[in-house]
Amino acid sequence: MPITYTSGEQVEVYRFSLPVTIGVPVAAVWLQSFLSLHFPFFKMFDLPLLVTIFFAMARRNPIAGMLTGGAIGLFQDALTHYPLGIYGIAKTLVGYGASSLGVKLDVENAGARFLVTLVFYVVHEIVYFTVARGMVNLSLTWSWPHELISGLLNATVGVLLYFMLDRFKQRT
Amino acid sequence: MESVFSRYKNLIVLVVILFAQVLGLAVQVKRTTDTESTRLIRLWAVSAVTPFEKAFNRVHNGSWNLWHNYFYLRGVRQENRDLKAQLEQLRIEQVRMSEDAQQARRLQVLLGFKEQYIQKTLPAQVIGSSGSEQSRSVFIDKGEKDGLKPDMAVITSTGIVGKVLKVFRSTSQVLLIDDQSSGVGGILEKTRLQGIVRGTPAGEVVLERVMSDETVQAGESVLTSGGDRIFPKGLPVGTVTKVSPGQELFLNIRLRPAANLNKLEEVLVVTQVVEKEPSPSESGPVRAVDILAQRLPSVPDKPAEDPNNPNKKPDGTEANPNSPPGTAAPKVKPESTKPAETTPPRVAETGSAPRAVAPRTSTTSAEGTTTTAPKPVIKPATDANTTPRVSGAAAGGDAKAANKPAGAGNPAGPKIIVEKPAIPTSKPKSNSAASPAAPSQDAPQ
Repeated sequence: MPITYTSGEQVEVYRFSLPVTIGVPVAAVWLQSFLSLHFPFFKMFDLPLLVTIFFAMARRNPIAGMLTGGAIGLFQDALTHYPLGIYGIAKTLVGYGASSLGVKLDVENAGARFLVTLVFYVVHEIVYFTVARGMVNLSLTWSWPHELISGLLNATVGVLLYFMLDRFKQRT
Repeated sequence: MESVFSRYKNLIVLVVILFAQVLGLAVQVKRTTDTESTRLIRLWAVSAVTPFEKAFNRVHNGSWNLWHNYFYLRGVRQENRDLKAQLEQLRIEQVRMSEDAQQARRLQVLLGFKEQYIQKTLPAQVIGSSGSEQSRSVFIDKGEKDGLKPDMAVITSTGIVGKVLKVFRSTSQVLLIDDQSSGVGGILEKTRLQGIVRGTPAGEVVLERVMSDETVQAGESVLTSGGDRIFPKGLPVGTVTKVSPGQELFLNIRLRPAANLNKLEEVLVVTQVVEKEPSPSESGPVRAVDILAQRLPSVPDKPAEDPNNPNKKPDGTEANPNSPPGTAAPKVKPESTKPAETTPPRVAETGSAPRAVAPRTSTTSAEGTTTTAPKPVIKPATDANTTPRVSGAAAGGDAKAANKPAGAGNPAGPKIIVEKPAIPTSKPKSNSAASPAAPSQDAPQ
């Protein structure tokens, strides 16, 4: 698996235009809402999480990554009927982790992206589960097979999605 | 200090952001959800997402309708023939069912039941979902401007869906019954056992709080009990799929929802529910007692009467409204009396001559003999100072007062006007054999 360590000077740092910065997360949340309604199995996917990971890894800035993750998470929270912040906290941590990892690793190739997405999906679910049970008192059941299968599916879709979103990258 | 901040800048920002979110979460959790107003961020999120969903839905429905209503009409003739045949079958079934329904309604009147009726519904399109595995809620394209309010019931033709949770300007969020935070009062159709229908974290629907010593069969239907004050009683909730012993002496009853919650497209929002006693006038001119009278062999026949003078007997004599209850039957021929105006503050019905009775008044005599009686509509007279009290409890109550004429025995009392003529329910018989319980009670003239 070609994950190579790169110094801060070697890695490419990208930025995105304002329409992309706003439009892509909104589109992800909308698609998540709409497709889950018509295809119930789509609830296994988390498009906003994939977008969070993509932006965090491309910008390679932990503060930008956690702010993007927090905003997308709160946006996603707003569509549920639970208190705001469960997705927010989980995606803030994922944004921070993905951008920190992006600084140290070359995550431009498909294999690296697949693994990073799988790992961060599981991290996201663990944080969500902890916050939802510990703070909001939701009765959730943890299932490793379910989470791993979901993680693999998300990682597969994520790799395809990242290549589509690469078109919007702008070199700094 | 500055170097420490710059060195751990990212980490400090992360801690600050997380702390702010945890604090916000704690505040929200502590607050009760009932008093929580809609947060601005929710409003923004819904406003950002739902217009796209509405637009897509409109385009999708438009193209679908165009295709199916104008181009793709193959098999429509055959379907039309099938539906006509089905309609005929349903008509036959409807006649039978309406008879049963009418009888049930009349019996409910006699028992003074109150029922909830769905008065108004508003159709709505489901345009989106929360997109989360944990939050089972959907968005519909009707909101505050359409008159929706929180806690309104949402149903389909097959069963209940959920309740309106949050109302926005033109959209609303509906909490589905398979969400773990929802709760619906349910009752098993056959055994009449009551419980609470809840969702589980896995998205299943279960009926809780049914004791484990009860017997519940798979396949039994579950209806709404009306106890939650959201769903009217009697709406289909689902069918029992699995029954197993649960925790704390309760059964674990799994249900399959009657409405397909995974394929919701159009729903009905119950915007108005009225609670009223069923009126026999809704069900036609025949009362339950009339049906019972037809089935009893010893019931006196219904007299025909002069509609111009309801007080006048067909044989020319006037009915004596002063007759005490249960006394007139032996002396009055079946085709005899029907008081037009009586002034009982309470109407008692016994097994004697026909008299004014309220719809809810019992019509069975103390001896158990049932007689036919006119079906009046009771109105307070113009000079009545008090509202006439006519209730089921009055059936065995103040019987003497019940038969006093207006302006005579109780001049200040309210008048009760009997509007409808008597309903003949069976052919005339000899009166002496008609009421075996009555002969010992001669009416004092």
